Amino acid sequence: MQAPAFSNKRMYLFIILLWVIWATLQAWALAWSGFPFQTAIIDSAVSNGLLMIIGLSIRNVLRYYRPGKGRFFYLFAWNFCIAAIWVGVVKWALSQLLTDPTYLAFLYKSLPVRFFIAFLMTGWMALIHWLLFTFEENRENEKRKADADKLSKDAELYKLRQQLQPHFLFNSLNSISSLTGSRPEEARHMIQQLADFLRGTLKNDEKMLVSLEEELHYLQLYLDIEKVRFGHRLSTEVKHDETSINDQVPQMLLQPIVENAIKFGLYDTTGTVTITIDTKSINGNLILTIQNPFDPQTSQSRSGTGFGLSSIQRRLYLLYARKDLIETKAENNLFTTTVTIPQIHD
Amino acid sequence: MIKAILIDDEPLARSILVEYLQPYSDISIVQECGDGFEGVKAITQHQPDLIFLDVQMPKINGFEMLELIDTPPAVIFTTAFDDFAMKAFEAHAIDYLLKPFSKERFDKAIKKWRERHEKPEGKASVQSLIESATNQPDQHNRVVVRTGNKIRIIPMHEIHYMEADDDYVKIHTADGSYLKKKTMSYFEDVLDKMQFVRVHRSFMIQIQQVTRIEPYEKEGHLAILKSGARVPISKTGYPKLKSILGI
Repeated sequence: MQAPAFSNKRMYLFIILLWVIWATLQAWALAWSGFPFQTAIIDSAVSNGLLMIIGLSIRNVLRYYRPGKGRFFYLFAWNFCIAAIWVGVVKWALSQLLTDPTYLAFLYKSLPVRFFIAFLMTGWMALIHWLLFTFEENRENEKRKADADKLSKDAELYKLRQQLQPHFLFNSLNSISSLTGSRPEEARHMIQQLADFLRGTLKNDEKMLVSLEEELHYLQLYLDIEKVRFGHRLSTEVKHDETSINDQVPQMLLQPIVENAIKFGLYDTTGTVTITIDTKSINGNLILTIQNPFDPQTSQSRSGTGFGLSSIQRRLYLLYARKDLIETKAENNLFTTTVTIPQIHD
Repeated sequence: MIKAILIDDEPLARSILVEYLQPYSDISIVQECGDGFEGVKAITQHQPDLIFLDVQMPKINGFEMLELIDTPPAVIFTTAFDDFAMKAFEAHAIDYLLKPFSKERFDKAIKKWRERHEKPEGKASVQSLIESATNQPDQHNRVVVRTGNKIRIIPMHEIHYMEADDDYVKIHTADGSYLKKKTMSYFEDVLDKMQFVRVHRSFMIQIQQVTRIEPYEKEGHLAILKSGARVPISKTGYPKLKSILGI
């Protein structure tokens, strides 16, 4: 039931063909009931020709204007009038063309029957086309809506993933600038790490899934850069179990969460900070746990998932249509972010 | 000898400043600080002529740190990226270095500071910079105060009410009251208007704290807070409070 089946030209040919068959049947019926062959053909051609023109007009009208759902009565009344006018025109035309009194008597007697047939035929045309066009319109609307949704979803995903913190970039460049004078070898190393990391963020497929191993590799690049920046204040522990390493994660999902943990860990306390990242495979889900210390006394009021994690939550929602994939918990000066990545198994 | 203090949480960001300052034989770095708390201590102790200050730092940011110092020294800000801070710097013609910066740009900042240093009016703009910089919306959820050597960060929801006290505003919380060198109208401007109502020329209350409103004397009222404190409400303050409370 794809578009070509409804194409205008094919539909017209189909309607005309049906009418030719119908007209032939009517002519045959008239001939069979005793009228001369010529009379039968004229009667059938005139009445069905007119009916076909009316039918096609109904189609054209309904293409551009369809009464609303509650207004079938109008369609019905309209149909009734058309059938009545048709009977009048047919009677007049046939009495001009044919003069046989037996036929004329028959014509007069058959007028009510002709009216009801016309009424049914035009009603049928109207109904079929009303359904057909409404269906087509709905389908087009739905398609347009789906297209628009997809476009905005893609754009949003792109935007969410692009949120690389300018702070990180400029501060890293400043660290490199500082190292260039004193420790040029380290500066070169850091440039390479930064370049590899940036390459990862520039990959343009928001929906791409990568293995946890690859994601952890990017994360390590990022962590190494941050460690150069913050020196002894920052230490990290990355743990993963054997099974989770091949699990799939949306690309560049872990890094912003860890960045957030580092940001709040480092800016909320003045001592040394340990960020732990733990990955586990449980019941076919990949569970990522990120912990950072925080100071409940001074941490700014944070509502809901706050903590700068709303964009991650949104991204997970767009990808998995679930809102329960990210959870945060604050206790004993430790802030824990838990992310569940559903694994799709064949 | 010119005394300078470097305040930045990233060691490498401080070491590039050390490197750039090397050729200046008349400027000596008296201390390097990794956060604003150390910064406040060092400034009080050494009374430097010039500080290099990062904006984004642990616990309290550069502006909040300056707020805690009675007479802030001349400042050259160093920042990586902060749209709002940059606008504030420009508005108050204070020099700032955008990381990473070149030796040439750094030298220019020192030159500018020297020129300004010789003329006394150059220093005045720091106060107004702090005013406008701490005016940014995302900082209103807390107030930083200092009593002696102790620094306390008070989240907004912990404030019971505020009271005007000469040049200061007294901030009352569950664990005592703190003085902050600001005006009532400053707080009226920056605080959430749905949360804090100035019920009197000298009083501002947090509406969550109100348990009861009682008539008082002829036309006045009193707000009784959860803590038991009784705060006067003026004739003009009463309708304001009523409309926020929706009564």
